[in-house]
Amino acid sequence: MKIIVSVKQVPDTSGKVAVNPDGTLDRASMQAIINPDDLNAVEAALKLKDETGCKVIVVTMGPPPAAGMLRELMARGADEGILVSAREFGGSDTYATSQILAAAISRIGVEKDDIVMCGRQAIDGDTAQVGPQIAEKLHLPQVTYAAEIQKTGDTITVKRMLEDGYMTIKVKTPCLLTCIKELNAPRYMSVGGIFEAYSKPLQTFDYETLKDDALIDPTTIGLKGSPTNILTSFTPPQKGAGLMLNEGDDKANCEKLAGILAKKHII
Amino acid sequence: MDFHLSNEQLMLRKMYREFAENEVKPLAEEIDEEERFPMETVEKMAKLGMMGIYFPKEYGGAGGDVLAYAMCVEELAKVCGTTAVIVSAHTSLCCAPIFEHGTEEQKMKYLPDLCSGKKIGAFGLTEPGAGTDASGQQTTAVLEGDHYVLNGSKCFITNGNVADTFVVFAMTDKKAGNHGISAFIVERDFPGFTQGKHEKKMGIRGSSTCDLIFEDCIVPKENLLGKEGKGFKIAMQTLDGGRIGIASQALGLGEGAIDEAIKYTKERVQFGKRLSQFQNTQFQLADMHCRMQAAQYLVYAAACKKQLHEDYSMDAAMAKLFAAEAASDVTRRAVQLFGGYGYTREYPVERMMRDAKITEIYEGTSEVQRMVISSHLGVK
Repeated sequence: MKIIVSVKQVPDTSGKVAVNPDGTLDRASMQAIINPDDLNAVEAALKLKDETGCKVIVVTMGPPPAAGMLRELMARGADEGILVSAREFGGSDTYATSQILAAAISRIGVEKDDIVMCGRQAIDGDTAQVGPQIAEKLHLPQVTYAAEIQKTGDTITVKRMLEDGYMTIKVKTPCLLTCIKELNAPRYMSVGGIFEAYSKPLQTFDYETLKDDALIDPTTIGLKGSPTNILTSFTPPQKGAGLMLNEGDDKANCEKLAGILAKKHII
Repeated sequence: MDFHLSNEQLMLRKMYREFAENEVKPLAEEIDEEERFPMETVEKMAKLGMMGIYFPKEYGGAGGDVLAYAMCVEELAKVCGTTAVIVSAHTSLCCAPIFEHGTEEQKMKYLPDLCSGKKIGAFGLTEPGAGTDASGQQTTAVLEGDHYVLNGSKCFITNGNVADTFVVFAMTDKKAGNHGISAFIVERDFPGFTQGKHEKKMGIRGSSTCDLIFEDCIVPKENLLGKEGKGFKIAMQTLDGGRIGIASQALGLGEGAIDEAIKYTKERVQFGKRLSQFQNTQFQLADMHCRMQAAQYLVYAAACKKQLHEDYSMDAAMAKLFAAEAASDVTRRAVQLFGGYGYTREYPVERMMRDAKITEIYEGTSEVQRMVISSHLGVK
């Protein structure tokens, strides 16, 4: 049994998000981190590894420095890393990205008792589409928003979070799960793990490696293969100075406040 | 010469920093206030391999190196001086002498439990009458058949109340002076061995410091560490290594105080300007950073020399002397930059200042370091 976890390196958007004069994200000014939900997915895989001794493979699509992130995941306990990296893959939207990742995952091979895991969504694009699209392209059943995962034989029981509750779903392997932060608290790297990380196998899948896959076609990958295009991006306007509502009585102020909030679609 | 950290070292720093920020910093004030030993942190550190960083895997260590250990103590000390010295005393003063001087049986018996944090280590050398003059040992060890009988006491023993395994020094031949001292591995529950009360200290208040008392304490013969009469040499070699740990602790304390001072002076406004806009603040912080940067190179050089099995005794003494004095100065200046607020326990800098002072005293006072350095210079 093996678990393949798809992970993404993202700019840390928890602090200040900087935008270049041309409207693109100023990635250089932000620290590159492992997408938080993906870290929960890796932790879920490592927990299953602790229980079953299975193998954990981490896969990422990105520029060569993303290999550093794969090493960090190996220092946490992942066994192998695959970096999917080629100029041809750049500029992909979620359709093209999932096309390429699905090809990479099928090249690794998804067998009967395997699991593919993803984070719910990445904090830079915020779409939450890549996981489900990979499942579709690999013809795997999917369970999204996993907040609890239990494995008994070839059956995975997932507590799937909804806005106002949860549902319990049973799914047979092979399957794809997308994970949320409620699932677990990711472990730290360990000192021993760090000293071992660089001796673990890390492969690069470039365009040559994947080009013969049925999913890979110049019209399905990269900027050209992306049905959607970003026309423009901009920084949301800054909020102006605060407005004090202190004319008239409390009731009038409250009505005025509710009116303003409703107009801005906040309530 | 290459001043770049390797990929592993950068990753280690990141991991230590994440751990220190998330697990150690939130407890630092509480354990200082309550003078409470943070056992829960030790358990977490043990799981990550931080209680035996530079020992080989076959003895349960993490297979790292001395610099990886120094960086760990440094990063911990940035947020909590107490947690840093727990790791330092355990690693440098207990695990290291067993690893460096123990028989294969002793190493296999004691190191795996120490490195995995199942047991905590301590080092008993200082006595009420034998501090800087460590040769003035009064504790005695007499061989009787298959065991030694120890009598006497030790004081100011870091990790004393919580440790399970102790490396203890005693006179086996009083007439031989320095050459009559021997080292022993003592377990907490050996008959006749008890610990005294927790010392109330100015700083590193979460660290356990106490007396050790030996009253006809029975230590099996096979627990003699090294040869009889070689104890003083073992103690001095152990302290050389320990000084790298304390220098790293001092380094972290100074750096941590600078981090706090930079954050504060960029927020605090007086005379309509942020404190960081006043040239005095800028110059203070520039000086503080220079001192700690100089200390860092001395500490890292000593750690690398130890790793390469070069003679590092003078390097460790210089690193500890300089880092400790720099830490005391820098933390004191940080309190000044915080003004009145720096003097309150609401902010961490007063704790850092209290913690820094001990680094000029324990594991050899600054004066001892100067004795070591000048003797290496041939100045007698």
